[in-house]
Amino acid sequence: MPVVMDADRIGRSLARIAHEIVERNKGTDDLAFVGVRTRGVPIARRLARALRDITGIEVPTGALDITLYRDDLMRMPVGPQPVVRSTEIAFSIDSRKILLVDDVLYTGRTTRAALDALIDFGRPKAIQLVVLVDRGHRELPIRADYVGKNLPTAPEESVQVRLQEIDGDDQVVLEQGGGA
Amino acid sequence: MTSIDHALDRQPAVTTLRRKDLLGISDLLPEEITLILDTAVAMKEVGTRPIKKVPALRGKTVANLFFEPSTRTRTSFEIAEKRLSADTLSIAIASSSVVKGETLADTALNLEAMAPDMIVLRHASSGACHFLSRICRSAIINAGDGMHEHPTQALLDAFTIRARKGQLAGLKVAIVGDLLHSRVLRSNIHLLTKMGADVWVCGPPTLIPADIGRFGVTATSHVEEAVDGADVIMLLRIQLERMEGAYFPSLREYFHVFGMTEARMRLASPDVLIMHPGPMNRGVEIASEVADGPYSVILDQVANGVAVRMAVLYLLAGGAEHDAAA
Repeated sequence: MPVVMDADRIGRSLARIAHEIVERNKGTDDLAFVGVRTRGVPIARRLARALRDITGIEVPTGALDITLYRDDLMRMPVGPQPVVRSTEIAFSIDSRKILLVDDVLYTGRTTRAALDALIDFGRPKAIQLVVLVDRGHRELPIRADYVGKNLPTAPEESVQVRLQEIDGDDQVVLEQGGGA
Repeated sequence: MTSIDHALDRQPAVTTLRRKDLLGISDLLPEEITLILDTAVAMKEVGTRPIKKVPALRGKTVANLFFEPSTRTRTSFEIAEKRLSADTLSIAIASSSVVKGETLADTALNLEAMAPDMIVLRHASSGACHFLSRICRSAIINAGDGMHEHPTQALLDAFTIRARKGQLAGLKVAIVGDLLHSRVLRSNIHLLTKMGADVWVCGPPTLIPADIGRFGVTATSHVEEAVDGADVIMLLRIQLERMEGAYFPSLREYFHVFGMTEARMRLASPDVLIMHPGPMNRGVEIASEVADGPYSVILDQVANGVAVRMAVLYLLAGGAEHDAAA
């Protein structure tokens, strides 16, 4: 069970991404973070803190649950429904540049669902995608704008992101054979 | 920010309903009730968006089969179905073949031949939903059957109480009115006792079912005793259409003895919630000052009904757990 990112590496990657966000957007005007539940939310909040440390400006942060937009929801003829959690976006996304944050980018289907969900909240000026790990194997024409680590994987492997806020420690682990 | 922390991320005790149908509260586990209420929190947020619609039930067909008059419940189910992108049809019995003598089973089987995924049923006979669930493949949701149960009403009542009080356990809930004919009462007793509330029921002795104590509630005909220190007062409608049995002398006398007035309400906890499942008979079970007063959450109940019904529709659309394993 090789650890592919430890706590230091995750911290440095997020600090670098925060600087890239400021550089590419020439400041923080109109920016807002939206984290995809579950683990995109604490990553979004860490990035918002890093941005405040760099610029002194607090960027609003929201949480998005994409369950109701999943493309596999009604494909399974029978089976338990995934648990729906609440979406909390306490600001208007109209005319903002939204930084959509997720932990792992894989097939791109979660991102597709998140884009559909965001559009139902308004008309952002732009959406940029931030991921901690890009593991490849895209099934849709989607790419990330900011990547913590590009990690070549086999389809049967599984990437587990652990975060202090949820799991009690920070690390990214590559597991063989699609473990839970 | 803190609310995001809060919602992050309690793993629910159960993540799915263990059944195909929602026939009543009596067969639900407390964990399933909590799952429905938690899911409804997320569904309520959908109703606050500029575009109040999510694609979760795209391609599913839901038939609303109402054999009894209903405005609130039918409208609430229809809005819930549309917000989840289901295709819905509502069959008004007055203009259907039922008036030509078709039986419930034939109506349902003919409807089912057109392959709906879910049937929402309201019927005057207790047990009509259980009957349909035995002969239909579709998921059956009970929208009120006779004097038996009205599960989504109890769920929306619980959602409303939980939203205001944080939890159900340990609350004193006084339910006052026609205890004999009320399906809302039965569903609420099952739900509130399962969730650990202290339930008091109150009405004229002629309208208190024998053996009601077996449900784990305290029964009384003294309204002051029932509401004393109550955290929640729930009024039940005096069902004028069922009052031919001379259960009490007059509506005026009922109001005088049992009606919820401001004076009686003051006996309850200072932050009491006043609830009513509707439709209200003002000046019979509830005074207008109370119904429209600051403690009334009657319109919250209606608003929350949509979110709770969305949660039920969503959770049942996936099918039962044991089906998935098969």
